[in-house]
Amino acid sequence: MNDADKKRLLKEMIFFRRFEDRTFEAYMERKIGGFLHLYSGQEAVATGVLEKAMLGKGTDNDYVITGYRDHVHALKVGAPAREVMAELYGKETGSSRGRGGSMHIFDPSVNFMGGYALVGQPFPLAAGLAMGCKHKGTKQIAICFLGDGANNQGTFHETMNMAKVWNLPVLFVCENNGYAIGTHIDRSTAVRDQYKRVCAYDMQASQHDGMDIETVMEAAEKAIDFVRSGKGPYFIEFMTYRFRGHSMSDAKGYRTREEEIEWEKRDPIKIFSKRLIEQGLITEDDIKAMEKDIDDEMENDIIKFSEESPEPKVEDLHKYVLDDDPDPRWIGPLQQ
Amino acid sequence: MAEIAYWEAIRRAHDEEMANDRMVIAMGEDIGVAGGTYKATLGLYDKYGEERVIDTPISENSYTGIGIGASMVGVRPIIEIMSINFALLALDTLVNAAAKIRYMSGGRAQCPIVMRTPGGTAHQLAAQHSARLARMFMSTSGLRVVTPRGPIDAYGMLKSAVRCNDPVIIIEHEQMYNLKEEVPDEEFFRPLEGAEIVREGSDITLVGYNFSVHLCLEAAKRLQADGINAEVLDLRSLKPLDRETIRKSVEKTHRVLIAEEDEAPVGVGAEIMALINEDCFFALDAQPVRIHAADVPVPYNARLEKAAIPSADDVYQGALKVMGKI
Repeated sequence: MNDADKKRLLKEMIFFRRFEDRTFEAYMERKIGGFLHLYSGQEAVATGVLEKAMLGKGTDNDYVITGYRDHVHALKVGAPAREVMAELYGKETGSSRGRGGSMHIFDPSVNFMGGYALVGQPFPLAAGLAMGCKHKGTKQIAICFLGDGANNQGTFHETMNMAKVWNLPVLFVCENNGYAIGTHIDRSTAVRDQYKRVCAYDMQASQHDGMDIETVMEAAEKAIDFVRSGKGPYFIEFMTYRFRGHSMSDAKGYRTREEEIEWEKRDPIKIFSKRLIEQGLITEDDIKAMEKDIDDEMENDIIKFSEESPEPKVEDLHKYVLDDDPDPRWIGPLQQ
Repeated sequence: MAEIAYWEAIRRAHDEEMANDRMVIAMGEDIGVAGGTYKATLGLYDKYGEERVIDTPISENSYTGIGIGASMVGVRPIIEIMSINFALLALDTLVNAAAKIRYMSGGRAQCPIVMRTPGGTAHQLAAQHSARLARMFMSTSGLRVVTPRGPIDAYGMLKSAVRCNDPVIIIEHEQMYNLKEEVPDEEFFRPLEGAEIVREGSDITLVGYNFSVHLCLEAAKRLQADGINAEVLDLRSLKPLDRETIRKSVEKTHRVLIAEEDEAPVGVGAEIMALINEDCFFALDAQPVRIHAADVPVPYNARLEKAAIPSADDVYQGALKVMGKI
């Protein structure tokens, strides 16, 4: 990785952290409603894996799908930050035109195929995206990000089996943050190491540190190459931690402050910025300047756009339920 | 024009649509090498190969989900679920995903899947193979639900469903797969929307869908012998419902009976009655009647099963009641 890329990736992770912090503030101001699940602490996983994916090619990108903690994945894939924030504000200019909200960010123009609130539901959808790529004969793959909690759904086992039987080009990224909402993995899951669970399906799998972006990138590159070369699905597990609660309504009564402090020492942004400073690529002042740039963009562009954008019109309530411009040859009406 | 069975009509629609567009695939349990439990995909595995006629493991929720995911990328999957009872296992991907993806993406994504499944009682299949469940799917925004009553609709509606951009649930019936009808040899499409008057009449409207249309037609014949001229209306589409055709028929006959093979509570008949109340209450000359299944899990014993499921005689007797003859 060259120096410019290192600096860019650090700035991206700081931006993602700041984006999430800013949504927290907007939520407290009641500008954002519903449920809000923040990604802070896990940035190295989405940033590192997707850095190695095929992106920047619009609808020729790899396909990416995830659960409800989806803002950062959408941003890294290329959904405009203004539109993601405007979606949280429920605005017509939002990624999902204000119909989805925080848990349902979509941007098919860059092949970000959605955030889903049903835990484990994206497993089969991802395998389907991969089946589509295979059927079309493209070099694209599908990348599915989910937490460790999702692996206790039936869809996990059903999909791992089919992905392997049909040799689908899909990468399953398990972000193991140790908690399924508020239940520790040891209390919900017979096996702590999630990658071992797919060995039963004879699937390639590995486990890595999810707090060091360079480790993530190195592991992701190998896994993505494996999948793209047609060798079949791959399950990659990253050990990580979410610094905030499961959602905004979470008092975090299920874990200790000591545990949080231990993990905060391994903050992916701190690890990476310290390394770049040690390598002489960047100074504390440079980082402050980055943060200033990000804050300016956040307030003067992203938040301003979201605040000023119009809400959806009530007369459009029934839009998007079904195809709004269907072909009468298939739909009717029936000629009596 | 040749007389073909319902299953042959479905098979022909698959074959033509798969020949027309290589993005059309079929998937389901035993549909490939075995040719399908109801022969709906017979011979297609040999013709189109295992990549397009896909034998799935017995994992209804996830193979339906895989079909949905593939449809978001441009594939047109026809997913067979062997019995509508098993579709309950796929409710998460059908109801929480397929039905909602277009809406919650603000119209930016779509899932044009077709899910075909037989929903109805056959002969002594007992409670876990005899569910109907049309009412569950017709209450879900974002789905289309159609119920072809014979080979012409089975063929023409499947072809339309494959080309339509919405998720379409096609509810077939175990007792109809061998039902025959003259079907034109040249290609045609039948629209997914619109109820159809399948027998013109003036004295009472008998509303049916799926298999119950045949009960209505049989009852209408017997009513004719009694001097009662019944109109038979096939709903064809349960989602959306064609309330205009229902209203026009009731305003003509002033009497109505709804025949459904499902249990009554929160069902198709209940919905049709509500629409009639809203749209043409003052056109009614008599209380509407619902003919429906007993509110019990379908029993195995043949005598009990017969008692649980409505027959043409039940429709006939119900119609006499509406007419004030009993």
